[in-house]
Amino acid sequence: MTGEIEIKQKAPKKRKIASLDKRKARVGWLFVLPFIIGLVCIYLPIIKDSLWYTFNHIGTEIIEQDGERYSQMTVEFVGLSNYQQALFGGDYKDFVPTLLTGIGNLIFEIPAILLFSLFMAVLLNQKMVGRAAFRAIFFLPVIVATGLMVATDNMESVGEIGSINDGSGGEAAEAQGGMVSTMDLQSLFGSMKVGQGLVKYVVDIINRIYSIVNRSGVQMLIFLSGLQSISPAIYEACKIDGASGWETFWKITFPMISPMILVNAVYTVIDAFTTESNTVMNYINSVGNEDVAGAMSWIYFLIVMLIIGAVAGIMSMFVFYQRKD
Amino acid sequence: MDSNNVGAQPTVMKESKNKIKVDFERTPLKERLKAKFINTYFIKNVVFKLFRVIFLLGIAYVILYPFITKIAGSFMSREDFVDVTVMLIPKNFTLDTYKAVWTDLGYLEAFKNTLLLSLACAVLQTFACCLIAYGLAKYKFKGNKILFLLVVLTMIIPHRTLEFSLEMAFKNFDILGIISFLSGGVISGLNVFGSGEIAATHSINLLGTVWPMIILSVTGLAFKNGLYIFMLRQFFRGIPDSLEESAYIDGSGDFRTFLQIIIPMSVPMMITVFLFSFCWQWTDLFYTNLFFDPAYYKNPEEEINFLSKLYTGVSAGRIEALDYEYEGRALYEQATRNTCFLMAIAPLVVLYVFLQRYLVEGIERSGLTAE
Repeated sequence: MTGEIEIKQKAPKKRKIASLDKRKARVGWLFVLPFIIGLVCIYLPIIKDSLWYTFNHIGTEIIEQDGERYSQMTVEFVGLSNYQQALFGGDYKDFVPTLLTGIGNLIFEIPAILLFSLFMAVLLNQKMVGRAAFRAIFFLPVIVATGLMVATDNMESVGEIGSINDGSGGEAAEAQGGMVSTMDLQSLFGSMKVGQGLVKYVVDIINRIYSIVNRSGVQMLIFLSGLQSISPAIYEACKIDGASGWETFWKITFPMISPMILVNAVYTVIDAFTTESNTVMNYINSVGNEDVAGAMSWIYFLIVMLIIGAVAGIMSMFVFYQRKD
Repeated sequence: MDSNNVGAQPTVMKESKNKIKVDFERTPLKERLKAKFINTYFIKNVVFKLFRVIFLLGIAYVILYPFITKIAGSFMSREDFVDVTVMLIPKNFTLDTYKAVWTDLGYLEAFKNTLLLSLACAVLQTFACCLIAYGLAKYKFKGNKILFLLVVLTMIIPHRTLEFSLEMAFKNFDILGIISFLSGGVISGLNVFGSGEIAATHSINLLGTVWPMIILSVTGLAFKNGLYIFMLRQFFRGIPDSLEESAYIDGSGDFRTFLQIIIPMSVPMMITVFLFSFCWQWTDLFYTNLFFDPAYYKNPEEEINFLSKLYTGVSAGRIEALDYEYEGRALYEQATRNTCFLMAIAPLVVLYVFLQRYLVEGIERSGLTAE
């Protein structure tokens, strides 16, 4: 006991003052320790392996040793040949077109999902009869992840039952005439003198409405929380100054919610990876050759990273951050 | 009218000790209603509300439609699938498909497995993510920002890209070579084939057990944990520092403050995260297919079945009712698969009905802002 006290007295005072920050930092490390362990022991090696395998040919060989036969994995360095095969190889000539349409779909869906979820969040934030019931229904897809539903339907897509929910987008819906006839909409928009591109976009969105609704659940939640964090006093001040609802939306709600739009754009891209209906991933999984498939998924990932970077870069120029004092 | 009103004196109708009832000369009812209802403001409002309700009902229908058709299909008998007049309401009401899923596919066992795995994962993930997020939100240390970027990175890199290496990592599970070092440092051959042909490896094969999921959950690396950490970090940053400082002054340590002050405060947020992780684990296909592939088991009895994988049993011919051939067989098979889906998500829907209030509440209180 006495020894302990002596040690305490011996410690120089200067160190003690400085050590509060250090002690806090040490506790902080303790809190994040589980993640660091996982990162160092599991995650980083996995990423390293995954990248390494794409530069190698993985084969198996049977080894006989002590009269017992067992298989061993062989890793043979082949350089960039996997990537070459994926991009230019004759066996995988579908890859580049699939990749391009997949990325096209992604770019098409980002604004659609963002617009839809923002619109729905604004609606669901208003006071009305049955708001709780509507909210419960709209967030149902978040909980009952529809990936399972798509998987059960995709097994052998037969029959009309549940055929509406092709997650992959408009193809099947269009094949069956879709929910909305293109002709009807075209005649509607034709008289309004808007461009063909816009008409096609709207028709596409409506035909994919199921997929879009189902995939904008989390985004809706994030927008809703963003809307809740806007102080009602700002709206009150606007109302007193005579701003209309339209003006209030564009001058107050939109700038205040713009950081959420950035978050949601990034989340939408990431989420598109994990859906069961991702055509590029499904194509990659259907490729028998593991080496080339790995190379393909890294190519896809890098391209999507570039998209995320571009989206984040462009949007962050317009994002408005409320200055906090 | 107006000029009359101004000068009119209220007539006293009834007077008691502390109450008085007076009658003014009022504008007639018709005029009042006219003023109230026939103006642009009111009409605009009504039209807007009408459109809003119709729109919301329409979208709600889009969301619920597949569920309705699936529920309708699940009650149909074989004859109904070949009958063109049957659309949604079955003519011969039957529970056969439900019975088939219940008995032939071993629903109860799959339910038990799924419940245990989801519960364990959700509890571990919620707690681990809380710890990590709290450390990132409230402590300033070197590398804090880099660590947060890494958390976001784990969210961005899809696990499907890492599928093969994930499988390999848990097939030859070894923490930085410590296990093989302890077991004598024998060079370990990598096994590719199933556990039937085991090589003399000194690493542990964790495939076919729950351990990969547990390990990923504890370390905050499982499905979408980056999102949870992000949400919780935002929430913890909103808690004023003075709260913890007062606890420190009262002599409470860091972990005690976390457990006794921060955790009770953040229950709504934690319920949200719990709900997410529980439900996404429940319906997860990727990890259950990866870590619990039937090929990993020597005998089929050991195989762990999960609700999300029930439907694979349908085409595997485990349902007796599907054996006999007839015209509407494909439709019937699809309906059986849909019944599997319905029965798999039924417990989730029940849970959702009770907890959906917290979902919105927790998110709303999170003060989620992107910084």
